[in-house]
Amino acid sequence: MSTLTSAPDVAAIRQRAHTMRRHVLHMAEIVGQGYVGQGLGIADLLAVMYFSELRFDPANLKWADRDRFTLSIGHYAIGLYAALAEAGIIPLGELDTYGADGSRLEMSAPETTPGVELTGGSLGHGLTQAVGMALGLRLDGKSARVFNLLSDGECQEGSTWEAAMAGAHHKLDNLFAFIDCNNQQADGAPSRVMGIEPIDKKWEAFGWHTQRVNGNDPAAILHALAAAKAAPGRPHAIVLDTLMGRGVPLFEQREKNHFIRVSPEEWTIARSQLEEAK
Amino acid sequence: MSTTAPAKGVTGSILTSATEGSANTANAPFGHALVRAAEKNPRIVGLTADLGKYTDIHVFAEKFPTRFFQMGMAEQSLVGCACGLARTGFVPFATTYAVFATRRAYDFIAIGAALGRANVKIIAGLPGLTTGYGGTHQGIEDLALMRSVPNLTVIDPCDATEVAQATTAIAEHDGPVYMRLLRGQVPVFLDEKTHRFEIGKARLLLDGADVAIISTGLMTGRALEAAKDLAASGVRAAVLHVATIKPFDTAAVGALLARVPRVVTAENHVVTGGLGSAVADLAVAEGLPIKLRKVGIPDCFCESGSLPWLAKHYKMTAADIATSAHDVLK
Ligand SMILES: Cc1ncc(C[n+]2csc(CCOP(=O)(O)OP(=O)(O)O)c2C)c(N)n1
Repeated sequence: MSTLTSAPDVAAIRQRAHTMRRHVLHMAEIVGQGYVGQGLGIADLLAVMYFSELRFDPANLKWADRDRFTLSIGHYAIGLYAALAEAGIIPLGELDTYGADGSRLEMSAPETTPGVELTGGSLGHGLTQAVGMALGLRLDGKSARVFNLLSDGECQEGSTWEAAMAGAHHKLDNLFAFIDCNNQQADGAPSRVMGIEPIDKKWEAFGWHTQRVNGNDPAAILHALAAAKAAPGRPHAIVLDTLMGRGVPLFEQREKNHFIRVSPEEWTIARSQLEEAK
Repeated sequence: MSTTAPAKGVTGSILTSATEGSANTANAPFGHALVRAAEKNPRIVGLTADLGKYTDIHVFAEKFPTRFFQMGMAEQSLVGCACGLARTGFVPFATTYAVFATRRAYDFIAIGAALGRANVKIIAGLPGLTTGYGGTHQGIEDLALMRSVPNLTVIDPCDATEVAQATTAIAEHDGPVYMRLLRGQVPVFLDEKTHRFEIGKARLLLDGADVAIISTGLMTGRALEAAKDLAASGVRAAVLHVATIKPFDTAAVGALLARVPRVVTAENHVVTGGLGSAVADLAVAEGLPIKLRKVGIPDCFCESGSLPWLAKHYKMTAADIATSAHDVLK
């Protein structure tokens, strides 16, 4: 069981994020395409969560007092699998089966995979269930918390705001929402598809304790989490501005990077860019 | 971590439609047909919910940018807004994936579109097993849901020729329509010169006296293939293609059932509540003594996987149709 006892070791978290990015490239290379940009962009948050914040037991995934990390955005599975493997929840070697016929590591994470709390992917579900979990845990008198990861695109779904209203109404201070603003969705940038800004003001107006930070800076995320935990009586929104493909300039600069197609020779470049950027 | 060679059978075709090794394909038949219809009718408008590039309506959007509305990822708003446009005299074509149209926006389709017969066209991508994604993206039960909504017309075209013809037909039809979309590079096997899609009409593509294969959507291509294999083993199969699931062509289906009572239905959909159920309903209502085997997705959520693997895994191939035909002849 991992519990946060001492001050978080930011350098160690950065190292974990780096290793997770390697895993992401490895999985994506096997499939030849996919949600590489998302996996690379969200590695810093996942490293903070799995190596500093979350209370869980890899040997007892159903531990009733565990914190819940819910992945609303099922297509970010590639990033989550990298974290789950690093955290010892799924075997490292199993990452080789990502996206393969019959594999547990489906491209959109299903709850049948160990460590996946709910089936996301039909976007706009995650926060509604996170509200229910937070209510349930509180009713049971548990100190466990619920962390839901949403995307900027998901802020366009009405259900997200129905849940946001409920979270504030029920004063769920055991509920945390991370909103990954990577400025991309299926048809392009949210500003062109359906504007969501100012997104932090919206969460604030819905009654959430809200912060906006650089989501590729583990220290900033840790700082925001500490501030959130010091603000009782309200649910917490942490808007993360992230860079898609973070750590691999080749992918950072790719224009239509919601679903990246990569030619075989580009993987060598991607891998060496990741090591250089470290 | 080991650096293994790429695993076999990865879901590489995950975001493209299966062309099933078809030699002949057409690109974005819906998008191009919609443009042709919109050139004739200035009241046609287009909408999508962050899936323009993935539902072929980008072809229309590029041609008619002022008549195209991006609604963001918000399917209830998409359908509701389309209904509003219809109420101001426009002919809206709204696209998303089948799962999100039917599961997320069901109430909006039922009440906003169907109850008052608003002239709304819902175009639904990734029907059945045309995506490698699992339960969240495979629209396996949409026909059952849509078929039970009063006033709605429900269409499942089989190839690019028919997608194009059906688009033209529903643009001219006054009333709410739900159409399943085959997108991207879509196989062509019907001859556009001889095939004529008509709302509510089934088409006998092949006649035969031993076994009746009644099919819809992309399963019709596989039914024709199965019929060829059956012919090689001396079994004469009829193939009746039912592109319109609602209103159901009871005359054509009933006549075939009466003539050829050994029946196989084939649909890219769960075997509960779709074409197979419609055929069974009709047989019982007419007192027709048929023997029926249903080929389709079993009563389960499906896994992720490559499209050929999924078709095999869930017994949806041409060979599976042929096996069912032999079985129903026993
Ligand atoms: C309810 C729903 N509607 C549509 C989709 C199809 N879809 C998959 S990912 C995506 C883009 C969502 O935006 P976001 O998560 O911000 O995209 P990313 O950052 O991954 O590019 C869409 C529209 C979906 N999965 N769920």
